[in-house]
Amino acid sequence: MAVISYREAIRAALAEELTRDENVVLMGEEVANFHGAYKVSEGLLEKFGPDRIVDTPISEAGFIGMGVGASMLGVRPVMELMFWSFYSVAFDQILNNAANVRYMSGGLINCPIVIRGPANGGTNVGATHSHTPENVLANHPGVKVIVPATAADAKGLLKSAIRDNDPCFFLENTILYGEKGEVSDDPELLIPLGVADVKRQGTDLTIVTYGRCVLHSLVAADILEKEHDVSVEVIDLRTIRPLDIDTVLASVKKTHRVLIVEEQKPFASVGSQLAYMIQREAFDELDGPIHRLATIDAPAIYSPPVEVEQLPNPQRVLKAALAAVE
Amino acid sequence: MANIIEMPKLSDTMTVGTLVKWLKKEGDVVKSGDNLAEVETDKATMELECFFDGTLLKIFAEAGSQVALGAPLCAVGKAGETVEAPASTAPAPAAKEEPKKEASAKAEAAPAPAASGEKKEAELKKPSADTAPAPSAPARAEGERVKISPLAKKLADEKGIDLSSVTGSGPGGRIVRADIEAAAKNPKPAASAKSGAPAASFSGGTVGAKGPIQDERTVTVSTMRGVIGKRLLESKTTIPHFYLEIEVDAEPLMALREQLNKGLEKAGVKLSVNDFILKGSAEALRRVPDVNAAWEGTQIRYFGSAHVSFAVALPDGLITPVVRDAHDKSIFQVSSEAKSLGKLAKDKKLKPDQFTGGTFCVSNLGMMGIPKFFPIINPPNAAILGVGTTVTKPVVKNGQIVIGQTLTLTLSADHRVVDGAVGAQFLAALKAVLESPALLLV
Repeated sequence: MAVISYREAIRAALAEELTRDENVVLMGEEVANFHGAYKVSEGLLEKFGPDRIVDTPISEAGFIGMGVGASMLGVRPVMELMFWSFYSVAFDQILNNAANVRYMSGGLINCPIVIRGPANGGTNVGATHSHTPENVLANHPGVKVIVPATAADAKGLLKSAIRDNDPCFFLENTILYGEKGEVSDDPELLIPLGVADVKRQGTDLTIVTYGRCVLHSLVAADILEKEHDVSVEVIDLRTIRPLDIDTVLASVKKTHRVLIVEEQKPFASVGSQLAYMIQREAFDELDGPIHRLATIDAPAIYSPPVEVEQLPNPQRVLKAALAAVE
Repeated sequence: MANIIEMPKLSDTMTVGTLVKWLKKEGDVVKSGDNLAEVETDKATMELECFFDGTLLKIFAEAGSQVALGAPLCAVGKAGETVEAPASTAPAPAAKEEPKKEASAKAEAAPAPAASGEKKEAELKKPSADTAPAPSAPARAEGERVKISPLAKKLADEKGIDLSSVTGSGPGGRIVRADIEAAAKNPKPAASAKSGAPAASFSGGTVGAKGPIQDERTVTVSTMRGVIGKRLLESKTTIPHFYLEIEVDAEPLMALREQLNKGLEKAGVKLSVNDFILKGSAEALRRVPDVNAAWEGTQIRYFGSAHVSFAVALPDGLITPVVRDAHDKSIFQVSSEAKSLGKLAKDKKLKPDQFTGGTFCVSNLGMMGIPKFFPIINPPNAAILGVGTTVTKPVVKNGQIVIGQTLTLTLSADHRVVDGAVGAQFLAALKAVLESPALLLV
């Protein structure tokens, strides 16, 4: 066990998988010589060479399409998007081709591609660089959508994604790259996709969340416990699809109150889907309406102080949690 | 030809059953062994099993209504089959929320009719404005929806709580889990104090707070409460009760219990004082078997086994699950059986054979701090033991006043079966085993 950053954990996962399987390659804008826009791939070019760590032109439609094609022929490409916000440029490649090919080929062709990179807002890079596309991606059957909140989860989940035979979309939170945590150096330590993690046990309220909001929720849960005598269970979904609804339901049956926290726009979000599934499966367990906290419903704002007001934060989680246990 | 399913006799003393809820609806395909409905008897809520394959064609009894034994409940047959109305399609009418006060007031005011037939006719002819039935749920305006969380609704159904008496503390007056739990704990709902304003504080000497202590209301007697009332009245008025009391030195018992519980902590076993009393009673019955008997009019039945029952308080009454053959069981078996029976009782899941057939009963109010009391015999038992709390007080030991722990046991006995001397022998035997409690382990 070593204490390393989220960025270093992702790099370790890449290095271990590149070492384990020679079919794994890393491609993307500036991933080789510049070490990635957020320095995730530092040192990988030197270690694995230019055949496996490949710089691509600034053309998401082109290089994601190349990755999708390569994956159909047995390569296991990891494609870095400089920002996940640029996924829309490669929409056809990602969702029409990658997501559908196994179904369209009657199961003959797999597409074991991983597309990864920074997502979410909070870094003052404006509306075109701050998307949270997990709901759009997860809307497509046949794909896996992964949003790690901690360094340990980032490593274990990315390794599982690289070994998975479905297209895996791995959404890293830009602000979390520097967050440190204890991470195992066991190269076979995988975290299964589709299994949520109870990050904190509690009895009065279940907060269902993922990504950076896990950290906000844990901070809020401590305050709720100390100052308001409210015991909060925090469920980190870790993967949006497949969605581990069983863990969520088990918690709801314990606490009977639910708050969903997500760094998404609220309309037709992951939280909307969760709220539907919880009420369908656990209606008789609910002692109050399902509450939700999401990003304010506007394009990401460039102004740093205003963007802070747009996103969830611990204080806002606290307020929403108190409303949910009313 | 469709099969008509009738209200079955689900317990010995049952005469009517309350149809709590239907688990199937008309048109559902049902199989033999499926549960059709939940029926509340005088003692427990039980499932009504289907013995036919087919389609549930017609439901005759509404959820919430009371249905006499043998009255038709529903018909199961081939899909599309027409159901002939059964001969007696008149289940006892629902007794949900009778406007009792109004009804009785009207009865007093109305002149006595000459004949019942006339009365009916006369009432029918009266202009409806005068005789309109009183509204059934005065707590809420007619047609007003009860705001209640799904969980609270489920709990209220389970605990049989009348929602018209519960005030919601949630947003907009929504009834939430805490309100139902409070109502279940305290039948006089403290809920009304919770609506909006914080509960009255006792600071500043606001003792003379105004307002009603609770919402005045009448509550229909549940089947269980009705049976308890009838049987206890019968017991206290027809059985010649007499009472014997004995004080037991509880120190050895408490010491042994503490020692055993410490040793059994890892195994997750915890013996209660009541477990010792149950086992001790069985042992005392072995030594003085004449107490283990029942008056049967022209004969007295002496039982060959000590089936010791114990009273469990429920929100709407009490029930006495039975530890069978307690004389032949170890105290650990008695304890674990009593625990699981107690839980089933609280969940209203006891089956008839788990609460009938007791030969002796123990009623313990020790945990409520009551030092001693005189319980009413639970027929057909000939005796019942009232167990008080363990009291720390000065006692005389070897001519010295020292601090000791005592326990008072009261035996209510049926003098037709048990004479004073026999009852005294029983209590002496019980005292002897409780004061040398290690005897209960061999």
